[in-house]
Order: sequence, then C-alpha cells, then structure tokens
Amino acid sequence: MHEMSLAEGIRTIVEEAAQAEGFGKVNAVVLEVGELAAVELESLRFCFEVVMQGTLAEGAALTVERVAGVGWCMSCGESVPIKALYDPCPKCGSYQVQPTDGTQMRVKALDVDGAVERAE
Amino acid sequence: MCTVCGCGVGEVTIGRSAATPRRSDAPTRGWKPVAAHAHAPDHAPPAEAPEAAETMDFGSGPARAHAPGLSQHEMLRIERDILGKNDGFAAANRRWLAERGIFALNLVSSPGSGKTTLLCKTIEALRGRVPVAVIEGDQQTECDAERIRATGAPALQINTGKGCHLDAAMVAQALGRLDLSGGSVLMVENVGNLVCPAAFDLGEAHKVVILSVTEGEDKPLKYPDMFAAADVMLLNKVDLLPHLAFDADKAVAFARRINPRLTVFRVSATTGEGFDDWLGWIDAARAPMAREA
Repeated sequence: MHEMSLAEGIRTIVEEAAQAEGFGKVNAVVLEVGELAAVELESLRFCFEVVMQGTLAEGAALTVERVAGVGWCMSCGESVPIKALYDPCPKCGSYQVQPTDGTQMRVKALDVDGAVERAE
Repeated sequence: MCTVCGCGVGEVTIGRSAATPRRSDAPTRGWKPVAAHAHAPDHAPPAEAPEAAETMDFGSGPARAHAPGLSQHEMLRIERDILGKNDGFAAANRRWLAERGIFALNLVSSPGSGKTTLLCKTIEALRGRVPVAVIEGDQQTECDAERIRATGAPALQINTGKGCHLDAAMVAQALGRLDLSGGSVLMVENVGNLVCPAAFDLGEAHKVVILSVTEGEDKPLKYPDMFAAADVMLLNKVDLLPHLAFDADKAVAFARRINPRLTVFRVSATTGEGFDDWLGWIDAARAPMAREA
C-alpha cells in the first residue's frame, strides 16, 4: 500500500502550492502517470479520497493522464513502445530493453478557486 | 537535484522558476506558473538527535486542515513529481554519505528470503576489513536489530508502524543517530516487501534485491518493479537447490528479462557459497567512494 504514501505526497504538494499561491479550494488534481510507473491507480484513487479529507482538496476530482511506456532496445539501438517492464522488444523480440519513458508519477496541475496573483 | 528545474541538490521546488504563463481558452480558467520557488527547509541528515534511542516509530502522523475560500477559478501548473519530496531527501542522504565515503546498500526482498541471515554473514565476513553499520526496517519489533548487534555491528531499528517501506526522510533521521565512521559500509535492510520499497530512493549507492530459491523462479516477472530498480540480485539459499525443483537459470533469465543490466550472485548465507564474489563486488563498488572522501 505505498499508494497511501503517494497520496500523502500529493497532499504535501497541494498544501505547499496553497501556501505559495494562497488559493482556497482545489476542485481537481491532474496527475501524469506513466504506464510503467509503480502505482496501482485504483488503489491511489481510494487513498487520494481518504488522505484529502479535511484538507482544501477534500472531494476534489482526480484526473489521470497516462504516458505511454517507451524502452530503449539495445539490440535494435532504438526506442520502442512497451506496455510492461517485462515486455520484449516488439521489433526483434529481445528482452534487452531499458525503460526510458512512462515511469513518471507527477502532479501536473491543480484546478483551484481563489488563487491570488502575486506582485513579482 | 530538483526534478523540475534542476536547481540544486536536496531541494524541493514548486513549479518552474522561468516558466511563461500559459493560458487556456476557457475564459474563467488560466494556466499560470507557480510564483514561489518554495524549497523544503535545507535538509541536513546528520542533525543532532534529541535522544539516542535505538528505535524510531513512524506509525503515527498528524492530519492538517485548511479553511476553504472562494473567488476566481483557475488552473495552476504544478509539474512536480509525487515522489519529489522523498527524492530530495534521498539526494541529501546520498550527498551526506558521499562526503564521508560511506557505501550504502538498500537490501530489498520479500519476507523470508534470508535478508537478515545474509546480512549477519556478510558483516562477519567483512570484519576486520571495513566497519559495517546497519539500519533495520520492519513494521514492528527490535528482533532484527538485536540479531545484527549480536554480530558486534551497530544497528538502528526503524519501525514503520503501518508503513510498508522505508522512505528517505526516515533514513535521514537514522543517519544522524548512527555513529557512522568515514569509509564504512552502511546496509539498510528494508521492510520485507517486494512491491513498495521499489519506488522509494533512500540515497543508497545500489539497491540489492534478494530472491531465495524457496520462492518461485517467476517472481521477477510477478514483481517487476523491484527487479527493475535493483542493480544487484542475490539468489540466496542455493545450498537447498538439490532438494528443490527450482530452476536457478530460469530465475536469473527472468530477472534479466526485466533488467538486462542486473548483476547476479548465487549465494548461500548458511554455507558461505558464493560469498567471495559478493564480497568482491562490495569491495570493488565501494572503492571509488572511499577514495573520493
């Protein structure tokens, strides 16, 4: 259940952004999660709802944008699409494939009410 | 290093400092970069510990509340890694360890793979060559730390409470409490769990995954994240192979299917088989760190 820790990480990011920006309410949190990332999304959704209770993101929607998995095939010497860490290269069938994209877990954006424009 | 703007080590940031505001088409919504570059407080692992307690409990945590308000509705661009905070602590740990020439390994496996026995055997084998200290992670009890201390090596137990993994902040606190000598080896035995610890960098030089031959040889395929995150795999309990149907070559092939760069050693913590290679790897891997310190 490291999804609980991930949800707490999202909460920290939201709270720090709230402190910096002075917004009052979060309507939605937009995540960017790679297809190869070590996270179970259904579990994360459940944890997100629990962890955000009592915060300014209570009841906020969770939107997840997926990023396709990409690996570098050492045999072909080029980037190839992969769906899982154990996938072979779709071109040559070799397992000499290192993931290069699609492992990220990021908070991309927040849909908020009440952000205060800062004087730079 | 900050994963968003690359602005330094051990610092967490919000947003891009030089980002240009991006507006969406919706009239009441707009993209804007987060103005403040709010870094986490400068993080120093070797902070003085209030007490020299040998157990740290992370089972409880506060829940904070905020008062909501209403006005304009907009989209804030954040672009922060969910694990960014952990990675910041991990980077600071890594720097702290490097400054002292301390070679840290993060030992991960499922429960019952023989991590602690392997660790005790490794400490005994390294005795007289290099000082070894251990950070033990378990949900509860001091059992493992006591086993390590019985070998004469200093050990600090971290109890994670309900937590399923160690994180870099826990290790940062532990580093401040252990009296680590320069040029030594630090073994961090993670919570027995082949899933969650994969995602949490602790600041170690290498993750070492331990798979024992009493498990299934298809475990690397079932739990790929951990085998992808590790640099070394120890196939443990190989003295039992004659009594089992376990296909060691197949297990190694499955692990390398996940991670082609994986270094593999076949060992037995009971008989000492394969330990020369394992210890040789530790010596070779820590040599550059010890030299630079």
